[in-house]
Amino acid sequence: MTMTNHTDNVADLVRKEYEHGFFTDIETDTVAPGLSEATIALISKKKEEPTWLLEWRLKAYRHWLTMADPNWTQLNIDPIDYQAISYYSAPKSKDDKLKSIDEVDPKLLETYEKLGIPLQEQMILAGVAVDAVFDSVSVATTFKEKLADAGVIFCSFSEAVKEHPALVKKYLGSVVPAADNFFAALNSAVFTDGSFVYIPKGVRCPMELSTYFRINASNTGQFERTLIIADEASHVSYLEGCTAPMRDENQLHAAVVELVALTDAQIKYATVQNWYPGDENGVGGIYNFVTKRGDCRGDNAKISWTQVETGSAITWKYPSCILKGDNTVGEFYSVAVTNNYQQADTGTKMIHIGKNTRSTIISKGISARHAQQSYRGLVKISKNADNARNHTQCDSLLMGDQCGAHTFPYIEAKNSTATVEHEATTAKISEEQLFYCRQRGIKEEDAINMIVNGFCREVFKELPMEFAVEAQKLLGVTLEGAVG
Amino acid sequence: MSTGIEHYLSDFEQLENDDWFSENRQSALDVFKESGFPNARLEDWKYTDVRPIKKKKFSSVNKTPVSMRADEIDALRFQGLDCIDLVFINGVFAKEYSNIEPLEEGLIIENMQDALAKDKDFLANHLAKYADDNSSPFTALNTAFIQNGAFINVSPDVVIEKPVNILYLSKTNGSPLATHPRNLIVVGENAEMTVIESYIGHGQANYFTNAVTEATLSANAHLKHYKIQQESLNAYHIGNLIALQSRDSNLESHSISLGGALVRNDIHGKLAAEGAQIVMNGLYMTDNKQHVDNHTRVDHLKPHTSSTENYRGILNGKSRAVFNGKVVVHKNAQKIEAHQNNANLLLSNDAEIDTKPELEIYADDVKCSHGATVGQLDQKMLFYLRSRAIDEQTARSLLTYAFADELISSIGLGPIRHQLEQLIIGQLPEATLIREFTHE
Repeated sequence: MTMTNHTDNVADLVRKEYEHGFFTDIETDTVAPGLSEATIALISKKKEEPTWLLEWRLKAYRHWLTMADPNWTQLNIDPIDYQAISYYSAPKSKDDKLKSIDEVDPKLLETYEKLGIPLQEQMILAGVAVDAVFDSVSVATTFKEKLADAGVIFCSFSEAVKEHPALVKKYLGSVVPAADNFFAALNSAVFTDGSFVYIPKGVRCPMELSTYFRINASNTGQFERTLIIADEASHVSYLEGCTAPMRDENQLHAAVVELVALTDAQIKYATVQNWYPGDENGVGGIYNFVTKRGDCRGDNAKISWTQVETGSAITWKYPSCILKGDNTVGEFYSVAVTNNYQQADTGTKMIHIGKNTRSTIISKGISARHAQQSYRGLVKISKNADNARNHTQCDSLLMGDQCGAHTFPYIEAKNSTATVEHEATTAKISEEQLFYCRQRGIKEEDAINMIVNGFCREVFKELPMEFAVEAQKLLGVTLEGAVG
Repeated sequence: MSTGIEHYLSDFEQLENDDWFSENRQSALDVFKESGFPNARLEDWKYTDVRPIKKKKFSSVNKTPVSMRADEIDALRFQGLDCIDLVFINGVFAKEYSNIEPLEEGLIIENMQDALAKDKDFLANHLAKYADDNSSPFTALNTAFIQNGAFINVSPDVVIEKPVNILYLSKTNGSPLATHPRNLIVVGENAEMTVIESYIGHGQANYFTNAVTEATLSANAHLKHYKIQQESLNAYHIGNLIALQSRDSNLESHSISLGGALVRNDIHGKLAAEGAQIVMNGLYMTDNKQHVDNHTRVDHLKPHTSSTENYRGILNGKSRAVFNGKVVVHKNAQKIEAHQNNANLLLSNDAEIDTKPELEIYADDVKCSHGATVGQLDQKMLFYLRSRAIDEQTARSLLTYAFADELISSIGLGPIRHQLEQLIIGQLPEATLIREFTHE
């Protein structure tokens, strides 16, 4: 990107508001608010699920009832009334099964068009396969045939339950058990849709896979579940994006993402999270409470998480890697930006179990105005993880004297051949750097934006190109007005 | 009320508690009664299980005084250190072995029991004013049993050259004892002094030391504090140091942990005025089944305060060490500099380290950093030494010693530094050979 271009962008972005805040007026099939075994049975029935899945849901629900909201975070969460949420909402016109993307309600296509996710022709040019999830259901999946030729299964979760029950049954809950934590248990009980990916042995997925999540209806929660299985020696790169309309109320988003990488397989998972963050007074916004975990089950497997977290009123998530196989690799690259009254408590867990396992954590946090942000991470070296290696770098940038940045890294090492390094810094933008830029005729605002982008570079370079550009833009939007 | 603490309550009944401080003792006991011993579900005690202390039913009533020979005690003093000595045996002040008089002008040193009787007005303003009984059940327990300990007061503008060495010796016979030493250090404006706390256990003695030290530093006061913990390998040690620092005051804390079966050290610095500085250095060496937990906390309450922390650990055998360093920069405390480092050497496959450096920052004009490492001896360095005909064991010991000495060498008092170096070398294999290499 050239300098002039960049400068213009910044000027625009600083004036910009949350651009995805519109609402699509579409007829929906929404169940009444409330949570009970009957609600769960209803969801299961609507989705025509087999009995084992209903049983699995109910078991999770019964366990959830015995659990308490987590309160160990640095977050300030208004109590959530789980009975006031509607657990299922679907665009009505989609009742009959779609045969092709042309049958999707034009209003929905329009929505995705607005969001910059054209589901049709542009996608062919971009060469990215997209699964679009609208409130509780998946509305369209592109490029299915082309993927099927390669043997790749990429479909909505509900479809996978029907078409590939054996795979779902084998892997569902095998990485994040139903009773794992409060929000994972809730999700297991009421999850509605999400994406399912299976890459067969030895296949390199021919294109980037992508899911776009959209919360539209009010009073609903979105509980999606993503399951990605990379069979032996396969390779997949997956992208996830999220937006929601602007509302005064807080909406709950509690998703679960499970990744399974078998021997020699590689999964790259990237998220650009831009849920509605609430207004500048902290009213409204999405509660983003997500459990993401990858399991390097076979030797030489690799899982890489990249996340750009700019949205949500509150973010609570720790994408993790279980490095079970020997020589497995886990990576976590994160940029989290919080502005106004946003709060984020995010980080990762790297559990080293196999020998010669390696993990890298790069976390960049930017906190502005009244925002509070925490990095919380765990690096655990088990007794048998010979020659395990971890490097962690987490840096925080502070903008404004009312914000906060906190770091809570846990390191537990039980093997004498392990090498673990953790390094963290917290500072504001250095006066020297600013002075250097200003001296060369760069406006203060631009200088700050340049420095911030430079600060995040290590993470952005892990994103596919289009997403990296989008992420940089998002950064500008989120920090709008906080600079200078 | 919590369970398993009944014997502390009945011991409390036997305590002489009829002075002006009795109400404070009672209310501290009530706090302890309510909380009981901490459990692993509390974040502060996540990695340290104190149930063995609870189970052992240590008695806080010392009825059978033990005698120690003068030469036995002399062997435990720092050789060649010209200092003021206070000796406590099993938690009780041993005046005959102590060496206080004649006191320099502007310096008061007394056993806490005497001070409580004599300096009521002064102590009422300071004792138990800095350590919060609610911060830890052990602090509350200590406050409930305040009787022995050192009270040190330096008047403004007085510089005390001689260090004060407080020696806590434990040699139990009969039932295992719990002692609750309580020290209070008051350093006046522009005053300076050095205090050494030494905890030494005799042989394989089985006891529980629950110490609390409160320090307050007035404007521009300087305090150097050393804590050298060499409890017996059957002993339990819980130690708390709480310091409140005024404008431009300077606290240098060195904490060396070598002994103990289960050890927990807490150091809490409160930088309550501009210009206050704290330096915290620590070394822990563990072997066998030892468990050593170091918790530090610095509160940057006001702008222009700074903290530097450097802790190092060497773990061997089946031992486990915990480090938790917390730095809190409070709202509006701008222009802060805080740096923290924790390095660990894992020498055995059965050892475990749990380290957590924490930063909590509520201001923006700060420069804060922390780092933590876990690793082993550098293969290249080992190779270098071996290629020069030094056998592997000696090379390993030498490098381990060098790792520890980075901290020890920062100790200003020669005799203490020298003695610690000898102690550390003594814990390593091939000690005699290394002594030759490190001959000063």
